[in-house]
Amino acid sequence: MPANGAHLVKTSSLKKHTSWWATVVNQRYLILMSFPFVLWVIVFRYLPLWGWTMAFQDYKPGLPFFQQKWVGLKYFIILFEDPKFWEVMRNTLAMSLLGLAFGFTLPIVLALFLNEIRHMLFKRVIQTITYLPHFLSWVIVASLVFQMLGPSGPLNEFLLSLGVVKEPVPFLTKPHYFWWVVTFADVWKEIGWNSIIFLAAIAGIDPELYEAATMDGAGRFRKMWHITLPGIMPTVIVILIMSIGNLINIGFEKQFLLRTPLTKEYADVLDLYVLDYGIGSGRYALGTAAGIFKSVVSLILLFTVNRLSKKTTGMRVL
Amino acid sequence: MRSVGVKDYYRRAKLGDTLFNAFNYTAMILLGIATLYPFLNVLAISLNDSVDTVRGGITIFPRKFTLENYAYLFSYPSVVRGAVMSVLRTAVGTVTGLVSTAMVAYAISRKDFFARRFVTGIFVMTMYISAGLIPDYMLIRSLGLINNFLVYILPGLISAFNVIVLRSYIEGLPYELQESAKIDGANDFVIFSRVVMPLCLPVLATIALFIAVGHWNSWFDTYLYASSNKYLTTLQFELQKILTNVQSQAAASAQDIYSYALTEQARRVSPESIRMAMTIVATVPILCVYPFLQKYFTRGLVLGALKQ
Repeated sequence: MPANGAHLVKTSSLKKHTSWWATVVNQRYLILMSFPFVLWVIVFRYLPLWGWTMAFQDYKPGLPFFQQKWVGLKYFIILFEDPKFWEVMRNTLAMSLLGLAFGFTLPIVLALFLNEIRHMLFKRVIQTITYLPHFLSWVIVASLVFQMLGPSGPLNEFLLSLGVVKEPVPFLTKPHYFWWVVTFADVWKEIGWNSIIFLAAIAGIDPELYEAATMDGAGRFRKMWHITLPGIMPTVIVILIMSIGNLINIGFEKQFLLRTPLTKEYADVLDLYVLDYGIGSGRYALGTAAGIFKSVVSLILLFTVNRLSKKTTGMRVL
Repeated sequence: MRSVGVKDYYRRAKLGDTLFNAFNYTAMILLGIATLYPFLNVLAISLNDSVDTVRGGITIFPRKFTLENYAYLFSYPSVVRGAVMSVLRTAVGTVTGLVSTAMVAYAISRKDFFARRFVTGIFVMTMYISAGLIPDYMLIRSLGLINNFLVYILPGLISAFNVIVLRSYIEGLPYELQESAKIDGANDFVIFSRVVMPLCLPVLATIALFIAVGHWNSWFDTYLYASSNKYLTTLQFELQKILTNVQSQAAASAQDIYSYALTEQARRVSPESIRMAMTIVATVPILCVYPFLQKYFTRGLVLGALKQ
């Protein structure tokens, strides 16, 4: 171990004529700490992209790549001619738009009202309770939803006892209710969590604005409307743009777990189509084509909203 | 005249304030109840005699208290196996995931690291590109990970989002600390483990919580990749199987927990009570860690989101 001074001299002289190899030796620990994971990311995240070629082949499992028969866009045409595909597209878009309408706005409303609570302990308790469902799996949430909305569940009992309805509402078995059940299950699960970011934005608003407004005689609603809401607008817009970019990526977990044979027609989304028709019935090429379609649409959405965002807010999401 | 007007004004403002508060507190309490009630109801049913439950009307207290449903649940082999496997995969997955995330995040936080842009780029890209369900499935199959414990650990080892959050946090620390350690002769690995990571504890706790919750809650990888190996079953997957039975209302196959219930102890436990007990068992571990880590994750998340 050289003395401190000698060590310093050594490094600086190294820096003068740094060769490529010297850098590698010098940074060997950083290389050891990151390159194995680069390999991991290539294998598990990039290598599967190779599988996209399947969509253009009459893919036969077990056959080597060069012996597969290439069929061009055949499977995309089959896909676009499949009425089931348009049904799942309708469901995907319907549920993502409902999710945007409620899952995006209600957390903002919650944040605005939580912010008006002066009693800190009460506020913390409410926050702790509303964040909680975010940490539960959809399996658990689906089980709770089945219990709450079942024909003899608490909600139906409550509605019956109030006399709002004469007989139990078939929330879970009537196909037309499915979109709403999924949307509100999602709101219930995520409202508290999604409000965090807006609460953080509210905390960043200059308190002097509120003082000035109070002097001018503004009430609570007016301050909320004219100061808090405009104050968090940049955050709102960024989150809105990011949600639009993810419109088609609504996943399949909640639909998979909440659907019943009776509601399938309104429950199946794009990813479930891939799962059921692709992996389930071994139609790999068709399933891959649907997956590629999804990626292309979501990339187009992402780039469009990114450009939109740059123009309107000067912020990029990419 | 004027002073009366001002008084009147203040009285009105105060009334408006009171009404606003009354409305706001009521709304928040209702929201709290709407969030908690399902848990309390399910807990009550899981602790209630299952024959009595059929009469309906259980709210948040059990009417005929019993632990029978839980005793029965844990006498069922696949539930015990599922519980052990859930704990095991969460422990192994969290440790490996956290260590890997930390190493990558540290390397790309170093401005002098020659491959910094390349490594950052290759991870960030994964946030926008994914091959899709079928290519992923084919990869897992050709790597021989089907029905293999490693399928729980390897494919989801690192999330690019967590890497970016941690990197931003490290970059916010004073770099002088690393430099002085370097002058003292510490190598990059020592600086990472002895100097930088101890300062990252709050954000590491947040990321560990996210990873652990992800592992605990996961059922789809079991469903897709490991459902024919009974030793790899998890609690969430067992609950999912029960749910699927509820939905299809089909006669249960000889393998699953319902038929077991029907054949052996039909008069003492019902499928519904079992499902409630199972839901609670899958929830409880989260309820246990949640209160302790809550202060970390709000801070960590806000930080990560703002730096993004």
